[in-house]
Amino acid sequence: MKADPKGVLTGAHYLDGDHAAAEGALAAGCRFLAGYPITPSTEVAERFAARIPKVGGGVFIQMEDELASMAAILGGAWAGKKSMTVTSGPGFSLMMENLGLGIMMEVPLVLINVQRGGPSTGLPTLPGQADMMQARWGSHGDYEIIAICPSSPQEAFDYMITAFNFSEKYRVPTLVMMDECVGHMTEKVVIPPADEIEITPRKEYTGPPEEYLPYLPDKDMIPWMTKAGDGTRFHTTGLTHDEKGYPVMNADCQETLVRRLVDKIRTNADEIAILEEEEIDGADVVLISYGISSRVAIPAIERARREGLKVGSLRLVTVWPFPETRVRELAKNVKALVIPEMNYGQVYYEIERCAAGNARTVLVPHAGGWVHDVDDIYAGIKEGLK
Amino acid sequence: MSEAIETARTYLRPSKKLPTVWCGGCGLGIILSAMIRAIARVGVEKNDVAVVSGIGCTGRMPTYVDFNTLHTTHGRALAFATGIKLARPSLTVIAAMGDGDALAIGGNHFIHACRRNIDMTAIVANNSIYGMTGGQYSPTTPHGKRGTTAPYGNVEHAFDVASLAAGAGATFVARSSVYHARELDRLFEKAIRHKGFSVVEAVTNCYTSYGRLNNHASPVEMLRWMKENSVPFAAAAKMDPEELEGKFTRGVIVDRELPEFIESYDEQASALAENPVAVEQVGNILRRFDAAAERLNPKSG
Ligand code: SF4
Repeated sequence: MKADPKGVLTGAHYLDGDHAAAEGALAAGCRFLAGYPITPSTEVAERFAARIPKVGGGVFIQMEDELASMAAILGGAWAGKKSMTVTSGPGFSLMMENLGLGIMMEVPLVLINVQRGGPSTGLPTLPGQADMMQARWGSHGDYEIIAICPSSPQEAFDYMITAFNFSEKYRVPTLVMMDECVGHMTEKVVIPPADEIEITPRKEYTGPPEEYLPYLPDKDMIPWMTKAGDGTRFHTTGLTHDEKGYPVMNADCQETLVRRLVDKIRTNADEIAILEEEEIDGADVVLISYGISSRVAIPAIERARREGLKVGSLRLVTVWPFPETRVRELAKNVKALVIPEMNYGQVYYEIERCAAGNARTVLVPHAGGWVHDVDDIYAGIKEGLK
Repeated sequence: MSEAIETARTYLRPSKKLPTVWCGGCGLGIILSAMIRAIARVGVEKNDVAVVSGIGCTGRMPTYVDFNTLHTTHGRALAFATGIKLARPSLTVIAAMGDGDALAIGGNHFIHACRRNIDMTAIVANNSIYGMTGGQYSPTTPHGKRGTTAPYGNVEHAFDVASLAAGAGATFVARSSVYHARELDRLFEKAIRHKGFSVVEAVTNCYTSYGRLNNHASPVEMLRWMKENSVPFAAAAKMDPEELEGKFTRGVIVDRELPEFIESYDEQASALAENPVAVEQVGNILRRFDAAAERLNPKSG
């Protein structure tokens, strides 16, 4: 299905990542944003609030906190709107509660986290990448989730559409893990015509309303979605539930449900993975990065190559589900994997696990507050070759 | 009575087996049936009703009724309901919550929902205790009464739910009890019909977790207590504070008009569409964003 032209601001613009993400959401058909102000993400909400009355058919609301924002967008999705919220570290922590409800209820929605330095209030106006494991495991219980890391305003636009498409396809909340640099850097953003934007429609139930079972999985493990007011009169709950959506308190039902929630993502991990590879063949060292760090690493890689070192690059556009297959394979063919990230080792440990001793893994940490020094990444590459 | 049973049957889910999870003698069933009678009287189609709940004994209420029903997280029913109503205003949205759910963990959502005046109804089943977790004191446990976490008596002071709602700006506020089942359904009906945010506090009994700890003889005796210790609002106005000590008032406490959120939002949006000046203003806001961006980084592009 093609994008609704009403939400698509076709043309070449000069936007920061936050504004571009808001435009991406509108282009994807998002018509409900509930949010709470927090630096450095607020501009997404501001732009949405200014634009949505003109786009039509939607609404913005500023809720009393992030707990409420997340709850409200779950409600919005169940009433038929593509919905999203946006936040940063402290708000992301508060959203974990209802993110879990979204996973349990299998609600398509997008949550942007414009990451800043933490823990706690940390560095509100400066970048970090230290919420990556919280993105994976932050809500209690067992689940799989999708997380995408744009590295430019153009990608903030493009991957918002991908994020909505994933969330609809797999009926799972999808995280867009930006960082303050990407959110606040301003670059050219080209918004294509609506008929060039591919939209994954909601997997809507179209059978007889009285026969609707909200959690009966299709062959692809994904149940059909409905909305309140369409005659299906469904029940949904955060409790462990059967196909009817009714609570069932036993281990068998838990096993069936949680296994499906995990498998619907895990078995599609290779299909979900968006990876950018460069000069991997014949490389001795491969630099694995995501978000702004991918761009900061470029001069370090170029410098090493000028010196004749064989350095490849693997950029993780999707970090979750972790592209395990590709990293395992890669580890068997190179000497070392070098991982610069703005934290003291998060995605690094996933890479180390998948490398399984086949390649050295070198972490180039940074506590956040600014991006890596190119020299440090270069030193990491040299370290990998030792 | 048989008519009432018939009404209830029409609105109960055929696919959901009874009995309910509630204890014998619990007042929550009375609240549920009063809600059903109110909806039947207002005459909304079942398809057009969404009942949202949080966690606790009251949280289980939606499971049994044949509407669009959403059982959410502790305290968040109103925030969730807000999203439903804004995304599909044609729905009649009711949030059913207990006192702990609505006023402790959900207290912030409660007051902000009152303030926003979105056209939906909050039912607060107030039994002055955390029933499901076994009797811990709640924000409405009276001073001196016992809970398992207040074994020597509650040293805190209770919220007056209806006054709280009124103070926070709800445009319709009423209170009754499960003893006054008929009055309760009439108040629910008024609340649902009210254009704007409405709150009905339904004083109810939890013999299992509150009554036994506080020397009540039985669920029925607790109902009798409600009968003997409540006063219609109009009569209370003529009574001395001493006479009202330990009693609660019943009836409509607030009923006023205020622009409703969705109506105001839509008015603004259509004004934008028809008004070139307003369109220009939005354009200016966006241009201001762009200009700021340009100033920050004039070279790239
Ligand atoms: S614990 Fe109390 S509120 Fe809960 S079902 Fe039993 S009597 Fe009702």
